[in-house]
Amino acid sequence: MATLELNNIVKDFAGTQVIKGVDLEVKDREFVVFVGPSGCGKSTLLRMIAGLESVSSGDILIDGQRMNEVGPAERGLSMVFQSYALYPHMTVEDNMGFSLRLAKVPKAERREKVLEAARILQLENLLERKPKALSGGQRQRVAIGRAIVRNPSIFLFDEPLSNLDAALRVQMRIELARLHEELDATMIYVTHDQIEAMTMADKIVVLQGGIVEQVGSPMELYHHPRNRFVAGFIGSPKMNFIDVEVRDARSEGVSVRLPGGGEYAVPVDASGCQTGDILSLGIRPEHLVLDDAGPLEGEITVIERLGGVTSLYVQCHDEEWILVTDGEVAHRVRDSVRFGFVPTRAHLFAEDGLALSHLERHPLVDVERRQNRASTAADAS
Amino acid sequence: MRSFLLQAPAVSLLLLWMLVPLCMTLWFSFQRYNLLNPMISGFAGVDNYTYLLTDPALWTAMGNTLLLVGWVLAITVVGGTLLAVLFQQEFFGRGIARLLVIAPFFIMPTVSALIWKNMMMHPVNGVLAWLFNLFGFQAVDWFSSLPLTSIIIIVSWEWLPFALLILLTAIQSLDDDQVEAARMDGAGPIAIFWFITLPHLKRAISVVIMIEMIFLLTIFAEIFVTTSGGPGLASTNLAYLIYIRALLDFDVGGASAGGVIAIVLANIVAIFLIRTVARHLET
Repeated sequence: MATLELNNIVKDFAGTQVIKGVDLEVKDREFVVFVGPSGCGKSTLLRMIAGLESVSSGDILIDGQRMNEVGPAERGLSMVFQSYALYPHMTVEDNMGFSLRLAKVPKAERREKVLEAARILQLENLLERKPKALSGGQRQRVAIGRAIVRNPSIFLFDEPLSNLDAALRVQMRIELARLHEELDATMIYVTHDQIEAMTMADKIVVLQGGIVEQVGSPMELYHHPRNRFVAGFIGSPKMNFIDVEVRDARSEGVSVRLPGGGEYAVPVDASGCQTGDILSLGIRPEHLVLDDAGPLEGEITVIERLGGVTSLYVQCHDEEWILVTDGEVAHRVRDSVRFGFVPTRAHLFAEDGLALSHLERHPLVDVERRQNRASTAADAS
Repeated sequence: MRSFLLQAPAVSLLLLWMLVPLCMTLWFSFQRYNLLNPMISGFAGVDNYTYLLTDPALWTAMGNTLLLVGWVLAITVVGGTLLAVLFQQEFFGRGIARLLVIAPFFIMPTVSALIWKNMMMHPVNGVLAWLFNLFGFQAVDWFSSLPLTSIIIIVSWEWLPFALLILLTAIQSLDDDQVEAARMDGAGPIAIFWFITLPHLKRAISVVIMIEMIFLLTIFAEIFVTTSGGPGLASTNLAYLIYIRALLDFDVGGASAGGVIAIVLANIVAIFLIRTVARHLET
């Protein structure tokens, strides 16, 4: 029903540029997540789309119409705030029906629409309550209900789950994804939590310092990060980085020398790479494996046991490596371990931070989000 | 038990401070006690009360008190709310403007009454008279033709800053997200004021009404300095009537009876007020 296009959006706050030229295209019914560290401009960008902040330069197009000068209420969007922003003196029903009341919708029709939204969100029994008498999760659902009632073309979410406790967050995450399928609407979602980003997004937009670092599907960002920042930001614990020297650059890949002396051939595009260059090698903790014949050796300094998996912090040639291994691992602190990795899982980054692109694309990169769910996978097949 | 002992000095001091004058007032109100005629004394029964309650001056004074309190409350609360919204906006020189608008509250009542009497409302030299003349109107002799209105204007001028101050701090605690959510819902400035700001200020407004009411029931200096309660009794309120009885007529018994009536009146008002305010504070 609605597409969104951002053309070279810039935002100045009293001389400082917080958004430095963002281009983005959001397709109809897409679930797009803006993710990035604090202060990266993701909330500002969302507020500009909502119309709550003015745009310093560039165009915002909704369904092809330029919206820069259109007021927030006329853009056909609705927004769910981090603080929920419910009106404390109104009942749940009045909160949800407020926009209709302002639009002078007759009372009966208003009630019908509110009831419909309340049914979707299982709020029917709470309509007479005031926000103060609701739990955090219920308030969140009312805030979403208020957005639904307006029947917007695009939903905007500003870190809606960050005030909830962990268990509720998992539940609301699934509920939001279900809602996205039920409502068939375009949704834009801001978060700093990469689990939310990875699980809910069709498309993730990674922002840093007001610049888009990469746009892509969750699996694309994970397996083919465009640069070192995205590689480090997506994935937890963080990717390990070490400096390595190029021994050989051929069309099948780049051979690098590890600090311990071992040599590895990483299958990436070698153009622009010469023997003797210093590159940055990145390997995710979950791709490092304990291996008695492995090329790297170090001493364990910290062990974090989570039950299912165990994180090992290993000191190796003045670098600290993080390994994520099986929860059954029996090592103790100060044990010496050897470990290694599969070369296809490693990433190489040039001095300017850009990744050398992999020669083969990961098979899961093009998996669509809806294929991850039983309810809609059947329709797709 | 120990905590009672430790509280005792402070509580007893307060109790003495309050109870002794109250009991003395009650005692005097049942006595024949006129400073001009000390020979006539003794127990008066309810004579002082009958005399006072049958005196039309009391009812005039009560009416004036209610008019004064009611109008000043209306002006300061409505004006204070609107000004609070205005002073919440960003504009050049807001800090200085806020300081200036709050200034009248720091001027003592006698002085501000004198300023209004001699500089603003004076029929010959006053600023208002000059303004009226400028636009071709007849200058008004405020204190003889509109005595109560004049007092209301002066007292409102003094108390508007107080209402503004309390309401401005309250308005600053309004969550920006709520206003933005309302904007997304399609609310214009007036709808935001009516549906979001005003309900948010409800508590602060009740507090302003309660505090102002306590002080406005006992307005004295402004009347004393300007109209002296006149002409006739046109601007005499209860506090001023008691003053007339006690210190112009030297009738301590009658004045004490007036005082007791004032206490009863204030308590009736306070009970209603505290009930409504308490209800607002709960929700």
